[in-house]
Amino acid sequence: MDFDALCMIWRRDLIRHFRDRVRLLGSVTRPVLWLLIMGTGLRAAFNVAGVSYTHFIFPGIIAMNLIFAAMISTISIIWDREFGFLREILVAPIPRSSIVLGKALSGSTVAFIEGLFVLAFAPVIKINIPLVHLLLLLPLMFLIAFVCTSLGIVIAARMTSFEGFGVISNFIIMPMFFLSGAMFPIDNLPHWISFFIRLNPLTYGVDLLRRVTLDIKVFSIYIDFLYLSVFALVMLSIGVFEFNKRN
Amino acid sequence: MDNIAISVNNLSKSFSQVLAVDNISFSVEKSEIFGFLGPNGAGKTTTINILCTLLLPTSGEAIVNGFNVVTYPNEVRESIGIIFQDPSLDERLTAYENLNFHGMIYHIVPQIRKTRIQEVLNMVGLYLKKDHIVRTFSGGMRRRLEIARGLMHSPQILFLDEPTIGLDPQTRQHIWDYILSLSQREKITIFLTTHYMDEAEICQRVGIIDHGKIVSLGSPLALKNKYKVSSLNEVFLEVTGRDIREEGADEKERLGGFIRARNKLR
Repeated sequence: MDFDALCMIWRRDLIRHFRDRVRLLGSVTRPVLWLLIMGTGLRAAFNVAGVSYTHFIFPGIIAMNLIFAAMISTISIIWDREFGFLREILVAPIPRSSIVLGKALSGSTVAFIEGLFVLAFAPVIKINIPLVHLLLLLPLMFLIAFVCTSLGIVIAARMTSFEGFGVISNFIIMPMFFLSGAMFPIDNLPHWISFFIRLNPLTYGVDLLRRVTLDIKVFSIYIDFLYLSVFALVMLSIGVFEFNKRN
Repeated sequence: MDNIAISVNNLSKSFSQVLAVDNISFSVEKSEIFGFLGPNGAGKTTTINILCTLLLPTSGEAIVNGFNVVTYPNEVRESIGIIFQDPSLDERLTAYENLNFHGMIYHIVPQIRKTRIQEVLNMVGLYLKKDHIVRTFSGGMRRRLEIARGLMHSPQILFLDEPTIGLDPQTRQHIWDYILSLSQREKITIFLTTHYMDEAEICQRVGIIDHGKIVSLGSPLALKNKYKVSSLNEVFLEVTGRDIREEGADEKERLGGFIRARNKLR
């Protein structure tokens, strides 16, 4: 493991991210649309699990920014590998594990920052988060970002087609988001939908986020952490394996 | 074996059904300027990718600077520099930042790194532009920056994949003069591919690959004598035929073509 190379890869991606004005703008407009506009519109309609709908989806919107940002970061790997900067990294004398981990960390950091944009809306929609919970929330957001990024890296590593990517993102990102309990409560649902919800790592992430911000929980805290950590580890290992394959 | 830089023995590479490289063997001596020529789709890029450790061979072996590309990839990577056909610079970083990144992942220590960056930038005449974002660079400037970058870690072999494609005559001349002086001064081995046959004349030896097989190998003079023609262009056409190839462009080639056209418009 080459830590210098890892940090360099991490740092470079961050520098690039902050030089991309258009994308930074997008990460602010998304929560605005969902929280303020949709949430306000729907709030008048109903309450969920004892809280207003806007509050209920707040943790889900954080997760939305996390998964979208994580996937967008990793998408660039497919292009970069054939035509872009990743070739410069791949011919360098550094272990493939450093490359994968560096990319995972930078994708997670970028996604984490985008998640923070949503968190900043908490006072606007009148959610009160105690300081202790806030300190828990930050590493939790990073963990979820890390899980999504590692998944993205595995998908990118296995994809050879550029066009197929848009399809994958629709068949993976959107279902993952909608089947995570972000937008509606996941108890008392038919078996078939419950099955996919429980398979989805984001579900456990959203559950933890909702537990910390609103004190609403579905699964045990240990199950949530375990599922997320194991999922991330497995994805990371597959990622390193794929990068080592050199095909 | 001491003066051999690259040794390729019975190398083959197949992708699903396609045999891209078919049992090729050749060697390149140290300090040699070696030209690897062939029509599109002949197997040039695949061969270079194998030599640069980006691809694993299906069978056979490739030894670069004494190291097997399969078993000692990092040792190979340390000792070679590559300039790809499609530029691999980071457009959002400055010239300096690009070189610094390179120095870092090639383990050049900070003190030496700074000096080395200055040296290579001066060598290609880009020192004054070191803090400019690469996006603002012309095609010729980018190519020069890539050459500077490829040389930063003082490699023993420099791989150049179509180094002057898309550049104007002045820049082409400048880059070639530079490559030649490099070869003489630093005794670097140069392995290049090109479609410009007048450039290939400068090589000490050329290998022509077609349909995955080496169909010709030797010095430009020897080849011209063998086929009784006066230019490498004629040799090439003799060996690979005068007919235009029926080529389907797969997705990757289409995208590659699009990028190169876009780059030319800068």
